[in-house]
Amino acid sequence: MKKVIVGNHAVSWGVQLARAEVISAYPITPQTQIVEELSEMCADGRLPARFIKVESEHSAMAACIGASVAGVRTFTATSSQGLLLMHEMLHYAAGGRLPVVMADINRAVAPGWNIWTDQNDSLSQRDTGWIQLYCENNQEVLDTTVQSFKLAEAVDLPVMLVLDAFYLSHTSEPVDIPDQADVDTFLPKREARLKLDVNDPRAFGALSPPDMYMELRLRQQEAMEQALEVFDAVEAEWGERFGRRYGAIEPYRTEDAEIVLVTSGTVTSTARYVVDERRARGEKVGLVKIKMFRPFPTARLRRALAGIPRVAVLDRNLSPGRSGIFAEELRAALYDLEPARRPGLDGYVIGLGGRDVTPDTIGECLDRSRAALAAGRAPEREDLWVGVKP
Amino acid sequence: MSQILIKDRIPREELLDSGHLACPGCGAPIAMRLVLKALGEKTMVALPACCWSIIAGPWPQSSLRVPLFHSAFETGAAVASGIKAALEMRGDLETTVIAWAGDGGTFDIGLQALSGAAERNEDIIYFCYDNEAYMNTGVQRSSATPWGAWTTTTPAEHPEMRPKKDMLAIMAAHRIPYAASASVAYPDDLVEKVKKAKGIKGTRFIHILSPCPPGWKIADEESIALARLAVRNRVFPLMEVENGERWRFSVDHPGEPVEPYIRRQGRFRHLGDAEIAEIQRAVDERWKSLERRVQHGT
Repeated sequence: MKKVIVGNHAVSWGVQLARAEVISAYPITPQTQIVEELSEMCADGRLPARFIKVESEHSAMAACIGASVAGVRTFTATSSQGLLLMHEMLHYAAGGRLPVVMADINRAVAPGWNIWTDQNDSLSQRDTGWIQLYCENNQEVLDTTVQSFKLAEAVDLPVMLVLDAFYLSHTSEPVDIPDQADVDTFLPKREARLKLDVNDPRAFGALSPPDMYMELRLRQQEAMEQALEVFDAVEAEWGERFGRRYGAIEPYRTEDAEIVLVTSGTVTSTARYVVDERRARGEKVGLVKIKMFRPFPTARLRRALAGIPRVAVLDRNLSPGRSGIFAEELRAALYDLEPARRPGLDGYVIGLGGRDVTPDTIGECLDRSRAALAAGRAPEREDLWVGVKP
Repeated sequence: MSQILIKDRIPREELLDSGHLACPGCGAPIAMRLVLKALGEKTMVALPACCWSIIAGPWPQSSLRVPLFHSAFETGAAVASGIKAALEMRGDLETTVIAWAGDGGTFDIGLQALSGAAERNEDIIYFCYDNEAYMNTGVQRSSATPWGAWTTTTPAEHPEMRPKKDMLAIMAAHRIPYAASASVAYPDDLVEKVKKAKGIKGTRFIHILSPCPPGWKIADEESIALARLAVRNRVFPLMEVENGERWRFSVDHPGEPVEPYIRRQGRFRHLGDAEIAEIQRAVDERWKSLERRVQHGT
């Protein structure tokens, strides 16, 4: 069934198809439509789930954690300040190895107050131990929502699926909604390996002294390392059933490219357009979309980018005092390449706080990297902020 | 005579094992032991950070024979809400879900989540075992610390200068079906209240005074005696509130003077006669107010 729906409702439909059993959430723009729709789905019986209308995002995540450790499928959604308020509990979900799924609508962080998109909210949760998946369009949002539960429950790790404020959350696109029966076959009811059980009483999350703690973290790291291949398997099965795959990363027209853009989120669609346009003019440019940010698909990115002369990373985020965060991650990932095959890398900061990223913005990044390539040196810092008012 | 009565009224089943890590004389394991006896094995515990995070034992051990989830400081009521919702989805309507928090996790950092759960009337029992300060971190004041008390953050030269927060009234104001105060020195009263709470649907709140020998600066063997004095002298009255309106006293409170109770605790050692008279005045005044509540409702 095809429907024209906004990205937020693509999440809600995905959660309904996944048959989440406990949902707990707190309103925040631009996420609110997700939980409004889910409230209606719960109220009219389309989704037989308990919806706990908590008094804060912190309690939303705490309630999801309680429900998840009691063995059921759980979901929440948030944005920006709400995600930051959850931060402590994000560590609890991941360290507790609980497969909570959350949608984060990428929204800039205050001050100044800003409800528009950038990625600093989700990227500042980088080290909490959540799998992070960035989506490009509403179909991908719906597909990723359902897949996230399967992935999370396979590796016992929480998954955050991420979409841009307004460009996806409030933008209507045609979305193919799979049949419930097919989704049920793909994603059966959750069977928790361990859960709170009065017939098998255990303590979860207890004090772990220095002689215990490190091994718990190693298990967590191993699960994260497995998550990439499990994600592939989940996508392969989804692709077989529903005909759509996205990939942890997606190279686009990178063959023989001299400059490759690296993007995430909706900037990718604009970048595809720019790449096609430039290719039509004979310019050797390409694109790599990063969907999976954690675990970071290091080896794949190395393979995709080795030997490319210049890489232009488009970051809708900033680690103040350093640079864009995807650029930093990529620099580290490419460091081990032999110098002859290691690309020059320019990290562009664009589109913060929802500033429009147009084909011209991306074209400017490409032109500056082309100039840098020709000159054999990196652009100056002021040339790495594109779309800034003079 | 009364000992025989208690033995008869309190279930013999033990759901708290020996080998727990409480300090000698601590009220907290006594409270847990009695509560679990009253609730039985079909109980799950949401345990935010508190002394009990240690008492329960380090991973992979547990001194409890019921399932237990250790969680963050401010999350007792929210985690319990989530567990209860999950059990409902699993079709388990029998298991009792409790949150078990200290005074810091209840009066202070967990108050927002507790208020949210109570306002939603979540079907959980929230227990606060109150030792009147942050004891697990080494005796810092909380909003449950009584007026005049020494703690490491209210030194004797500048002791606590605010009255203890009236937690029972705050919970009663949420119009929850059942709220009560109880004491480790009155096990039969405590067990009766827990059994009563178990039979009620909705948010139930039970506030248990639980002495802390190192924090109160008392001898290990004085815990129960002092907890009993705190009831007899009306410092910590034992009450029940139904639907936020019907208040009642559940035991006799003869109204003995507060002075022996204060004098026996090192945390009040710096107080002179004038300060103790002030405590007596405040206790008398609050008692009158509680009597009015019992007579006229809120």
